[in-house]
Amino acid sequence: MGAVNMELKSQIPPGPLAQKWERHKANLRLVSPGNKRKYEIIVVGTGLAGGSAAATLAELGYNVKSFCIQDSPRRAHSVAAQGGINAAKNYQNDGDSVERLFYDTLKGGDFRAREANVYRLAEVSANIIDQCVAMGVPFAREYGGTLTNRSFGGAQVSRTFYARGQTGQQLLLGCYSAMCRQIAAGQIKMYPRTEMLDLVVVNGHAKGIVTRNLITGKIESHAADAVVLATGGYGNAYYLSTSGRGSNATAIWRAYRRGAFFANPCFTQIHPTCIPVSGDYQSKLTLMSESLRNDGRVWVPKKKGDTRPPNEIPEDERDYYLERKYPSYGNLAPRDIASRAAKEVCDEGRGVGPGGLGVYLDFRDAIRRLGRKRVEERYGNLFDMYHEITGENAYETPMRIYPAIHYTMGGLWVDYNLMSNLPGLFVIGEANFSDHGANRLGASALMQGLADGYFILPYTIGNYLATQKPDQRPKPDQPEFRAAEQQVRERVKKLLAIRGRKTVTEFHKQVGKILWDYCGMTRSRQGLERAIQLIGELREEFWENVNVPGSDEDLNQSLERAGRVADYLELGELIARDALTREESCGCHFRVEYQTPDHECLRNDRDFAHVACWEFTGDGNTPVRHIEPLIFEAVQPTERSYK
Amino acid sequence: MNLTLRVWRQANRHEPGHFEEYYLRDLNPNMSFLEMLDVLNEQLTREGREPVAFDHDCREGICGSCGLVINGEPHGPGYRVTTCQTYLRAFRDGDTITVEPFRAAAFPLIKDLVVDRSAFDRIMQAGGFISVNAGSAPDANAILIPKDVADKAMDAAQCIGCGACVAACKNASAMLFVAAKVSHLNLLPQGQPEKTRRTLAMVQQMDAEGFGACTVTGSCEAACPKGISLNFIAKLNRDYLSALLLGK
Repeated sequence: MGAVNMELKSQIPPGPLAQKWERHKANLRLVSPGNKRKYEIIVVGTGLAGGSAAATLAELGYNVKSFCIQDSPRRAHSVAAQGGINAAKNYQNDGDSVERLFYDTLKGGDFRAREANVYRLAEVSANIIDQCVAMGVPFAREYGGTLTNRSFGGAQVSRTFYARGQTGQQLLLGCYSAMCRQIAAGQIKMYPRTEMLDLVVVNGHAKGIVTRNLITGKIESHAADAVVLATGGYGNAYYLSTSGRGSNATAIWRAYRRGAFFANPCFTQIHPTCIPVSGDYQSKLTLMSESLRNDGRVWVPKKKGDTRPPNEIPEDERDYYLERKYPSYGNLAPRDIASRAAKEVCDEGRGVGPGGLGVYLDFRDAIRRLGRKRVEERYGNLFDMYHEITGENAYETPMRIYPAIHYTMGGLWVDYNLMSNLPGLFVIGEANFSDHGANRLGASALMQGLADGYFILPYTIGNYLATQKPDQRPKPDQPEFRAAEQQVRERVKKLLAIRGRKTVTEFHKQVGKILWDYCGMTRSRQGLERAIQLIGELREEFWENVNVPGSDEDLNQSLERAGRVADYLELGELIARDALTREESCGCHFRVEYQTPDHECLRNDRDFAHVACWEFTGDGNTPVRHIEPLIFEAVQPTERSYK
Repeated sequence: MNLTLRVWRQANRHEPGHFEEYYLRDLNPNMSFLEMLDVLNEQLTREGREPVAFDHDCREGICGSCGLVINGEPHGPGYRVTTCQTYLRAFRDGDTITVEPFRAAAFPLIKDLVVDRSAFDRIMQAGGFISVNAGSAPDANAILIPKDVADKAMDAAQCIGCGACVAACKNASAMLFVAAKVSHLNLLPQGQPEKTRRTLAMVQQMDAEGFGACTVTGSCEAACPKGISLNFIAKLNRDYLSALLLGK
């Protein structure tokens, strides 16, 4: 274990909120152009955060090594984001501003995010759109040639930029093209199909990683002056999620085990509009973009167990429950609220479809109002996707949707400079915790990933590097690297040697079900205690009874998954433990013991207006919970109402 | 439903490959094709045999990772869908289905159904970008782009880089992929300064990778899960000709 810096210094700069970032930039240490080429930076992950960071750092003249598990950086799961990206451009002249985007995001997160980070995010949002357009991202446009916008949940203005239903793909291709340019220029050395299996800490600083080549099985060390993790979220701990099948928590979990603090792991977002589960063979859940709630209306029958086809249920027997409960936001209520509301009506026995686990998302009125052609233009590819998966035509019959795990607001703890408590380790995008509090608003993930990579990290990393001497960079044959490599090799051998009776997938499904049942849309003390116990037992069984076929010397996808599931069996327990110790309800974290009379979240600002930061203290030991108090200077946390 | 699968197994590019037959029972027609392979792999693992390697990630038709030749067709029988969006309801109970990797000299095989498509990345590195550093962009609305131009660029830009066009082509040509990539950027005003250099460099790299020549049979468009139009190949030919004439 490396030395752990016990003090959590958030490094929030002084001064008025609106001036913090500008002033901070002016005070950050710089690395001169001539010296930048002496530094090596490792960037793990090539989604929006990692891709934009790798390209931008290379543009600045640093030597970048970029790693991804996919066969090409263009395939990272940011590619699947559909609906759009927020920016405070106010092109629609509807009263948007940096202040408003900041407030919406902070309130959307139920006042559990760091105020200064959120403000900075809103501030740089406009630059992201400029940058992406200049790179050739084909955003949707008006006939006059200007950019167009739509609305997303939790906002009363239209600030979301989009490229049909493939915004994430187009933004990612933008990052990827910028990376391509730097790969060709020799500034980025690209390592596709390579998985980070450990972080190397030298004298308390993150100085490298250990990787496995997924094709040859070769285990290698890479040293650098700083390590950037941009490896996304850990939603796949729940087995069924909207994440890509390869998305995993191993990089951040290995960093946690090396001393980086894990912040708010229980903040896991459950998205209200996903295609319902159809069978136990199911491998993943597919999201239907939140943008559909601009025009689609969510409802269930008023009567319990109403099995009539939806089109035969008359208007006065339908309950448009979001419009009824949250009249000012209606169908665009934020995700956590819309998900819980769906669960509530299903628990009452009013859910639709197989097993009663679904609600309708209906476009009948939108088609009447706009005509089928306009609806097709706006959402055509989403309707097609729904049709491919379910075989149903959503122009004629309402979509059926149900909540699913989608995003994780929690992640490794970082300070205002996006550096973890381990000096030299930077964490960006979904992998960190800082900007979304207890609930992320739609179209904000893309914004955060690109803000971190294009406009924040490139400034703040220099502040650290300026304190490091590149000629003293550790060598990959130093003992710290050798020891970490040895541990990785032993773990791989151990996984292959068990040859038990249960497959990796069986364990994965089991841990996922425990988390979904006890640490999903609602949580209770009793359930969470049970989850901790069950996951512990499952973890023990895993290491005695898992069956990982094949060898470690070639492409072995079972082995890859086994390592990741082994980590979920540790992380899952931490998620439950964090949920157990947060004795309040906020955003996505709904503890049944803490609710208002009308079943909304009951926050406890006196005791829990803080970030819970978990420190690893060795296998078999209970991790230590540290806190970073959340100080609100500009905004007074209020009851978060969308009524 | 019950199915018989004939799956291509090959340990690596140096060993010879062969088909193996597997029987799967009681499958749900709403299962996706890849979920069926998951079921097969669970079965093989329990029997102590090695599972079939195949690429996949998002399983919603956008990442471009998956790509199998199913009964001779890249991405299978569905119209404009990827392998992961192919469902068993597209087949009949009792069918025998042949599953192979994408076959092209420029996509060397790695294992079983996994191939190396890094040639596409190298084509992109040759010129598939607009050179603009972060921080130097003008206001987004300072560049006006007519809606039809933006829409057309988006039609090209939605290529997912899966390689089905190459697998479908009798010459294993990558023209549709390159045409989509070149057209996306060449159509936009931001892409004009590097248009000539980009077109020449990307075509040159495509040739260097060993992809075949295009004889415009259109099998690529038919196999493309995103319906990228053959018209973009015409545009690429036009852009290439004018780039040659400009001679840069």
